[in-house]
Amino acid sequence: MKRSFLPLALLALFAFGGPIWYRIDPTAIDLGRTVAEMSRAHPLGTDESGRDVLARLMTGGQVSLLVGILAGVVALLVGTIVGALATARHPWLSAATSRLLDAAMAVPSFFILLVTVTLFGGSTTTLVLAIGSTAWMSIARLVRAESLSLRERDYVTVARALGQPPVAVFRRHILPHLVPTLVAAASVGVAQAVLAESALSFLGLGIEPPTASWGNMLTGAQQNLSQAPWLAIYPGLLIVLTVLAVNAIGESAHLRSRVA
Amino acid sequence: MLRLLGARLLQGAIVLWIVTTATFVLIHAAPGGPAVLADPKLSAVERTAIEHQLGIDRPLPVQYLAWQSSMLRGDLGRSFLYQTPILETVLNRLPNTLLLVALALIAALALALPVGLYVGARPGTPIDRFVATANFTALAIPPFWFGIIALLIVAAQWHLLPAGGMMTPGVEISVIDRIRHLILPVAVLAFPIAAELIRFTRSAVREAWTAPHLAPAMARGLGARAVSRSHVLRNALLPILTVLGLQVPMLVGGAAVTETVFAWPGMGRLGVEAALGRDYPLVMGITVIVAATVVLTNLLLDLAYRWADPRVRTEG
Repeated sequence: MKRSFLPLALLALFAFGGPIWYRIDPTAIDLGRTVAEMSRAHPLGTDESGRDVLARLMTGGQVSLLVGILAGVVALLVGTIVGALATARHPWLSAATSRLLDAAMAVPSFFILLVTVTLFGGSTTTLVLAIGSTAWMSIARLVRAESLSLRERDYVTVARALGQPPVAVFRRHILPHLVPTLVAAASVGVAQAVLAESALSFLGLGIEPPTASWGNMLTGAQQNLSQAPWLAIYPGLLIVLTVLAVNAIGESAHLRSRVA
Repeated sequence: MLRLLGARLLQGAIVLWIVTTATFVLIHAAPGGPAVLADPKLSAVERTAIEHQLGIDRPLPVQYLAWQSSMLRGDLGRSFLYQTPILETVLNRLPNTLLLVALALIAALALALPVGLYVGARPGTPIDRFVATANFTALAIPPFWFGIIALLIVAAQWHLLPAGGMMTPGVEISVIDRIRHLILPVAVLAFPIAAELIRFTRSAVREAWTAPHLAPAMARGLGARAVSRSHVLRNALLPILTVLGLQVPMLVGGAAVTETVFAWPGMGRLGVEAALGRDYPLVMGITVIVAATVVLTNLLLDLAYRWADPRVRTEG
């Protein structure tokens, strides 16, 4: 499972480690050299404002990875709590949570995101909280399904028979076995968050220029599609690679949970 | 049947309640209140007058009830940007979005059912593994980027199809022209849905092939094709319908992005424009209407579910 973190680690190294040796200012505008092709000064060319594409891919990656991972963590927290409550033995608590979860699955979350960024703007914090609080549903479903099967195990019955309180039973006997499922669930959340952030930033509703994000780099790219197709290729490819890397972690954790 | 339908209606009501309440909470948690009040030229008297006109000087619980009851009456207020009633503005754009979404759903099903049926019957074969890998990759591609790349290749390089909009300006409206404008957005919107559907169809078909009633059917001399059509597909249809229902909210979100990339004058693009223009009554109105549409679609899918599963049909 540890090896499955390698692709994501490499992408993080590119985004966070890259600027240490590649010291070109990602926001420096050079109007004399807009949408320039690859050159010695700009290895991946420049964008519509003459900014260096490689440097923007690096700092944009920082934003995309940070928002994706943090929003994934928020989604994981909310999803785990809701998923656990939905399996509580309290009769109406679990029923109410389950109904709420079913209903939340049918909420068009993209539009809730639109409302949120309209009202609060697209700062990093807002994006993390907003995306995190709309991406927890599939996580809650995974946690609910897995803890429903875990709680029927004999040692859980024994712990309950010994009179341990429900919260302690969950923390001590169910949560540790949930870890592979939680890793898989977190990867679902992070992948969804990376895609959501890129879509919002692309639409001009998320991270705003001059700060780069892979999503907002594509906004300018669409306007210069015929002169500079490469502007559209690199950021999109990095988003795809990131989501693949995150999903690979989830897949390997999922396989592990099947074996255990 | 009636009881199940009742449960579904109740769930739909909960969805709408969540959406309207969430939007209400969000407005009142937002700093500064409505954008009209941000104008520094407003005098205190004017400010109070606007607050009174908007009803935001009343206590919160009263405002909440007023908001909920106007929602129930279908009164969604007026748009800041366009100064038109929101319900009307959105309903004008709704058919364009429904056309796109319906065609995308049909396209996704038309691709996913045969492919899923084929590879689901052949687990572990090279073609099955290929489809699984292709799916894994397809789900990692942001739809809007796929749209841009499609524009780049098909419209900008090959000049095969128009780059956006609903019709060619200056050309008489024709079915052919409309279809040419529909191909790219429908393909882009259908793409992730098809990938997700293939994933589930594949596992549902695999599961259905293990059902005990298939052996006697085969023993009666029914060919693999006939078994696949009349026994496997029918059983696999149930989980597929469930997944389809879960895809609907994603589909409308995807429509917003696709419509923006292809300049398609639909409800989703209206929502994005409203968000960019900070027209929050319009954004909220659209959200509520989208939620209502999703609830309705799920209800229809539920009826399809009853049709597909005789066990559910005869109950209650």
